[in-house]
Amino acid sequence: MTTAHSRRRFLRSSAALAAAAAFPLPALAQKAPRVLVIGGGFGGASVARELRSIDPKIHVTLIESNATFTACPFSNAVIGGLRDLKAQQFGYDKLRAAGVNVVIDTATAVNATSRTVRLGGITLPYDRLVLAPGIDIRWGALPGYDEAAAAKMPHAWRAGDQTTLLRDQLVAMDDGGVVVMSVPANPFRCPPGPYERASLIAHYLKTSKPKSKLIVLDAKDQFSKQRLFQNAWKELYPDHLEWVSLSAGGKVTSVDPATNTLATDFGKQAAQVANVIPPQKAGRIAEIAGVANQTGWCPIDPVTFESVLVPGIHVVGDATIAGAMPKSAFSANAQAKVCAAAVAKLLTGAKPQEPRLINTCYSLVAPDYGISVAGVYAPAKDMLAEVKGSGGVSPLDATADVRAAEAVYAEAWYRTITTEVFG
Amino acid sequence: MKAMSAIAVGALVLLPVAANAADPPPGATACSGCHGSSATADTPVPKLQGRDAGETVAAMVAFRSGERPATVMDRIAKGFTDDETRLIADWLAAQK
Repeated sequence: MTTAHSRRRFLRSSAALAAAAAFPLPALAQKAPRVLVIGGGFGGASVARELRSIDPKIHVTLIESNATFTACPFSNAVIGGLRDLKAQQFGYDKLRAAGVNVVIDTATAVNATSRTVRLGGITLPYDRLVLAPGIDIRWGALPGYDEAAAAKMPHAWRAGDQTTLLRDQLVAMDDGGVVVMSVPANPFRCPPGPYERASLIAHYLKTSKPKSKLIVLDAKDQFSKQRLFQNAWKELYPDHLEWVSLSAGGKVTSVDPATNTLATDFGKQAAQVANVIPPQKAGRIAEIAGVANQTGWCPIDPVTFESVLVPGIHVVGDATIAGAMPKSAFSANAQAKVCAAAVAKLLTGAKPQEPRLINTCYSLVAPDYGISVAGVYAPAKDMLAEVKGSGGVSPLDATADVRAAEAVYAEAWYRTITTEVFG
Repeated sequence: MKAMSAIAVGALVLLPVAANAADPPPGATACSGCHGSSATADTPVPKLQGRDAGETVAAMVAFRSGERPATVMDRIAKGFTDDETRLIADWLAAQK
């Protein structure tokens, strides 16, 4: 055949030999490069879609356990009774329409040497693997808190049934009840999340069960947007929200689901409703693939998001150790786009460019009271560091109009990003 | 000698791929987290794609100096130099 003949002749030339050395297999093999993505949240779904948009020749398969994704951002508003859980749920039809092969199944093994992933009895090969597994709970890290305990004392830190359970418990509680929330030490998904949730639970209590109270037991003295939250709590919820810091004895050391009690070094706190936000780690598949280190999280190269532990596997989103970047949906989406661009370059043997990333996180303190933190990030010393002079939180002295505007922008951000990723 | 020339040719082959003009410049893809790239999301945040590059640069400069009031864009604009901002604005202007 002419094609095969001319191809052989081409291969004999020194230029082709040089190309063979510079380019890895896919470019020469003229086979569509295969990228597998595991995890269909903000990070994984964004990587899959972005790869298809950069180069439709790339064969992209997204592996996700659930046919419906339930988003965490704004799930605190569901818990506070301001929003329906349905507004948090998305399917993968638009990803399929974009040419992503969506497989609803659970990956059970990763072989980084043969570059294959096992799921449900079949084995899929990859040229590059991207993991976006989010978080898993470290069951047992807080004594007494296991999966059975979570059915009684919900964490609601992975949105879905747990969100509904916590909401239902708040609704069923008699007025005059005590709600107790336990907050872990860093790092965990969504640093301002516990405090937004505390705010919206307090808002619910104030408006619907005014004799009730929320006590937040914290394993930290400092937290994200702290002064903004605390100023707002003083103004809005002085009788409904009490925050107990680490140094004031707030660290929860064990829980007892039989009595719905949380223990600290200084005593026991009984709760009508207990929301235990437990210690966390990277999602299950990270450990299976060997990309999580002793911390339970995944160290990555800040330019490509390739694991520093296992070549050929990239990690984005909450599961990563991303330096100054917080574990947020915005970060996961921004990282996903950088990772997809890097993967597309690496598949053709080209050099990925130095990225610049952005994060913006809004929190609602009340339905018409939003606050934010923003940052710009660049690689520095194998980490992602905040660009000097950039970023920061909303001003402490902003007017009510600015707070209201940020609440509007918060919802607009959610609609925009979920449209970009799932719509 | 032979090996060296092979490497030299390899480098030449690589160059045009690495410097692809259509690639988004650093930071550019993050904008669409808030500034929607599709018209379907209901948002008061302006769409940046297809927008005149001069307008985008002027807005970023005014956000950075504090001349233009902002909620988050003042904090984000400070993370980019004039040159970086210009590259992003040019790329956004070329998008549909």
